[in-house]
Amino acid sequence: MLETTLAPAEIADLYLRSLGGTEHFIQGDEAAAMGALFAGCTFFGGYPITPASEIAEVMSRELPLIDGHYVQFEDELASISAVIGAAWAGARSMTATSGPGFSLMQENIGYAVMTETPCVIVNVQRSGPSTGQATLPAQGDVMQARWGTHGDHEIIALSPSTVQECFDLAIRCFNLAEEFRTPVIFLMDGEIGHVRDKTVFPSIGEVTRFPRRKGTEGQDAFGGETIPPMLEFGDGCFVHVTGSTHQDNGMRDVQTSTVHDRLVRRLVRKIDEARDRIAMVEVDVMDGAKTGVLAYGATARPALGAVLQARAAGAKVSFIRPITIWPFPGSQIAAACDGLDRLIVPEMNLGQVNREVERYVDCEVIHFGKIGGEIHSSAEIRAEIERANR
Amino acid sequence: MKVRFAGFGGQGIVLCGVVFGQAAMLDGKRSIQTQSYGSASRGGLTRSDVCIQADEIYDLLYEEIDVLVAMSQQSCDAFLPGLLPAGHLFYESDMVTPNAEWSGHSLGINATDLAFKQLGRKVVANMIMMGFVNGALGLVSHDALVATVKQKVPPGTGALNIEALGLGIDHARAARAT
Repeated sequence: MLETTLAPAEIADLYLRSLGGTEHFIQGDEAAAMGALFAGCTFFGGYPITPASEIAEVMSRELPLIDGHYVQFEDELASISAVIGAAWAGARSMTATSGPGFSLMQENIGYAVMTETPCVIVNVQRSGPSTGQATLPAQGDVMQARWGTHGDHEIIALSPSTVQECFDLAIRCFNLAEEFRTPVIFLMDGEIGHVRDKTVFPSIGEVTRFPRRKGTEGQDAFGGETIPPMLEFGDGCFVHVTGSTHQDNGMRDVQTSTVHDRLVRRLVRKIDEARDRIAMVEVDVMDGAKTGVLAYGATARPALGAVLQARAAGAKVSFIRPITIWPFPGSQIAAACDGLDRLIVPEMNLGQVNREVERYVDCEVIHFGKIGGEIHSSAEIRAEIERANR
Repeated sequence: MKVRFAGFGGQGIVLCGVVFGQAAMLDGKRSIQTQSYGSASRGGLTRSDVCIQADEIYDLLYEEIDVLVAMSQQSCDAFLPGLLPAGHLFYESDMVTPNAEWSGHSLGINATDLAFKQLGRKVVANMIMMGFVNGALGLVSHDALVATVKQKVPPGTGALNIEALGLGIDHARAARAT
């Protein structure tokens, strides 16, 4: 490490300032890693896995330059554990993985929910189940992101459709994690993770970082208000962190039903009450349209291309893109679908988001799934639009 | 314009697509690049696709291509059926014999032999090929191409790579003249 009188945060800002305002031709994975750094991430714990390895690669290269820590662990169980520990020690921390690793992390994602630990878990989805098609993209983990860990809980998950969004939304993931004191899933896919595209880094002064709210000795870190402040390790305060049901002060109490009820309802409520504020949905509604296309992640790109082609040929088609996947932006999607007879949902899976959409909209939902490791083409989706319009 | 660089792992195929994609970005155009991933790019059949156009790009994967740059017989055989009839085939003439059924534009260059005999390093054959392709088609500006190559190649090898690029451009000029 360089000998310096600067604080780590100043070293980081100085370094990132040198990158600010520049444009780069990089992969989605690289953009996500750089976004994390701009968001103030100083700890990465992970185990490399295709198609997320480039995130680990960039973090291993960059974190030492800003006085941060990159640790490659023996597996994903250790990785997520260390990420949670680093957050309690004051770091903005993250890991990056893909399907098999995401499965291994589920128990401790629940621990992060229960202990209200702010951290970011990137899942660059690949074709499963199991090892599946290891190098090929899919969108098969949408429901796992929501319900992969056991027990009642809410989760936040965002899904990027461009490389620039991999950068921008990585920053938002960290801010949401801090604001709601919760793990946030960055639900990428192998297609967007590996495509290279133009990405502009903002100047460091343009990046908003949600500050961590910290409490003082004696303050409740697990209750008393909807989102309580954190008491970090090393600050000199007494804090007890447990995944078991606990009282407002963190002390274990697994027998009192009202304690569990109050705790878990609050964990759910803190996200559920803010769902409109967390919701990001791109809506391009066309007056008089009876057909709509809803897509997210990489699939949203050919989907939008197909919609624009159909419109150029005279068809009226609406386009909806949920960027926030969880909590599901149902009311925003329902409003955008008002007046539609049918909604086509292309996904790289055999049916996940379409089922959630069905819970909110009145129109027919036509799932257009594709698996096997290839993303839809705009021609395929346009053909589906024409079939539906017949 | 959809361009596919193809060959076997180790020839610098992936870099070709990345360089053209970044150079197009510097020219103010929209561009994306995708590639084959995993063990294939480290030894077997490998490809690097770049799409360059003035407006937004929506498709991330495509079957039909406007330009095929084939650095191995296997890659030419695999991808020539996807080349549009009005497309352009560029090939490593010491390693590739294009399928006789291909009747469209084609230009060959013995890039690997030239790299070894004139520049002493076979490894810059991909640079010769990039210069050859851009000299013939002008996909990106010369300045953007040179700037990108200088940034992407390992430290200390810039001059050699730029020289190789120039050699390819010269051969494209000569081919045009004939």
